[in-house]
Amino acid sequence: MHDKTLAQLSDDLAARRVSSVELTEHYLQRIDQHDKELNSFITITRESALEQAAAADKRIKAGETSPLTGIPIAHKDIFCTDNVKTTCGSKMLDNFVSPYDATVVARLAEAGAVMLGKTNMDEFAMGSSNETSYYGVVRNPWDKEKVPGGSSGGSAAAVAARIACAATGTDTGGSIRQPAALSGITGFKPTYGRVSRYGMIAFASSLDQAGTLTQTAEDGAILLQAMAGDDERDSTALPDPVPDYGAAMRSPWEKISIGVPENFFDDGLDDASAVAIREGLAIFEKLGATIKDVRLEHIHLSVPVYYVVAPAEASSNLARFDGVRFGHRAEDVDDLTEFYMRTRGEGFGSEVKRRILTGTYVLSAGYFDAYYLQAQKVRQLISDDFERAFSDVDVLVGPTTPTPAFGIGQKMDDPIQMYLNDIYTIGANLAGLPGVSIPCGFSGGLPVGMQLVGKQLNEAELFKAAYYFQQETDWHEQVPAGYE
Amino acid sequence: MSLDREDIDKLCVLARLKITDEEMADVGSKLSDIVELVDELQAVDTASVIPMAHPLDREQRLRPDAVTETDDHERIQKNAPQVEKALYLVPKVIE
Repeated sequence: MHDKTLAQLSDDLAARRVSSVELTEHYLQRIDQHDKELNSFITITRESALEQAAAADKRIKAGETSPLTGIPIAHKDIFCTDNVKTTCGSKMLDNFVSPYDATVVARLAEAGAVMLGKTNMDEFAMGSSNETSYYGVVRNPWDKEKVPGGSSGGSAAAVAARIACAATGTDTGGSIRQPAALSGITGFKPTYGRVSRYGMIAFASSLDQAGTLTQTAEDGAILLQAMAGDDERDSTALPDPVPDYGAAMRSPWEKISIGVPENFFDDGLDDASAVAIREGLAIFEKLGATIKDVRLEHIHLSVPVYYVVAPAEASSNLARFDGVRFGHRAEDVDDLTEFYMRTRGEGFGSEVKRRILTGTYVLSAGYFDAYYLQAQKVRQLISDDFERAFSDVDVLVGPTTPTPAFGIGQKMDDPIQMYLNDIYTIGANLAGLPGVSIPCGFSGGLPVGMQLVGKQLNEAELFKAAYYFQQETDWHEQVPAGYE
Repeated sequence: MSLDREDIDKLCVLARLKITDEEMADVGSKLSDIVELVDELQAVDTASVIPMAHPLDREQRLRPDAVTETDDHERIQKNAPQVEKALYLVPKVIE
């Protein structure tokens, strides 16, 4: 059953070829079998999953179905889940049981999806390898000595190993697309504001966006359809109507124009990955797309801009973890300042501390103009480059990451090398654009991801391009050995 | 620019974040690397650019200033480390 896509399982459930309880039990059994090794889940919600599945079966029996009714999925542990531990991968929230559901969680539950559990992630989503998690590293199902990418590493590994049918994730600088690429699945980050951030633990509020990790673009469209849309609880959620992604995706192919950022193929890109991307572009050409070179003049500055803007916003967002209302609290301290310092010193891991201190530095008196304001100006230049490119082409296509999955421990001592992993993905976050990574080949036995970036609110076009690509290829059907 | 021990001590107080002596050397060198990375921005000519605070050019929506949530403190305070009579306990603030 687990070899099927969400769309296929949805048909099976509707036709009563399988029940949601059977399906949920099957995935729970697969989690038991494989997750000791992978460590992709922080919490498994067995009992409530089976209750939700039984309720879904009743709905199906009554004929009240949506495409997600009865589908077992996993949520990144950054989304608050009512009455379920929500850790954000941190010791700080090891004892936090959320008193409410994030909008994403509530909407998917309403659509009838079954939550299998909460997936592992880099602490507060700060990382590109899932190694900063308080709950330990996640292993890449394609090679267990390699990282699955991050920060949505648990979601990516779980979907790649087919121990969850689909999963949610969040993407601040590449945290959906990068792990999707390294784990050989489809990862979709919508336009900034397309999905409500209510109940999604904040990292960098002008960049954070929720999205999907799935086997196929078709599955991503089904999941996003239920997640997207306005929310009175998030003042940055976009009021624009949500189009029917499935219908748009299957509509007849129209000639599109694809821009290839030539500077994405410079020295830093792994040779075999470059070949796979070029072959992917040839598929689009065969489909009738026009391919053009474009130049994003300031894109090489996206990593430095990001490492000013994101830590600045994080240092402010993470001020709420003070040991008073929830979370870890230092014991036996009488002085208030010392109490805060020890609480936070004990509760946060080293990468989170680095980012808070970086953010504090760039926002501090005397440095604000030189760093934060300057970064916001360069962010505008990067955004203008995208706008100029999109005046000429419909979609940008290039690599998702410079290399396939790297070794566990390989980059942990060098934050700069780790940060450069997101060099191709950060631009879309800075400009608020939708992006998707789809499997397009292998390099040294490890999956390679191809990234498509679209115009603001043009998710439908990205889904369609990815869907047509996946009709022509079978990279997305490849399953790591031992998980077939 | 590289950060010395004094700079980091000052940042730690501003950020209310304790760094242990063992962590200090590592934090110092890595933070200096990060500052060096972001220093690349200094060379860019941005004289005529307006800073971009947000990716979408939209108006922030407002709502009436009305009470919509009911009192639910008992449930919410279940997560609080120390509570007495529905009040959060903290170390002494005023002598």
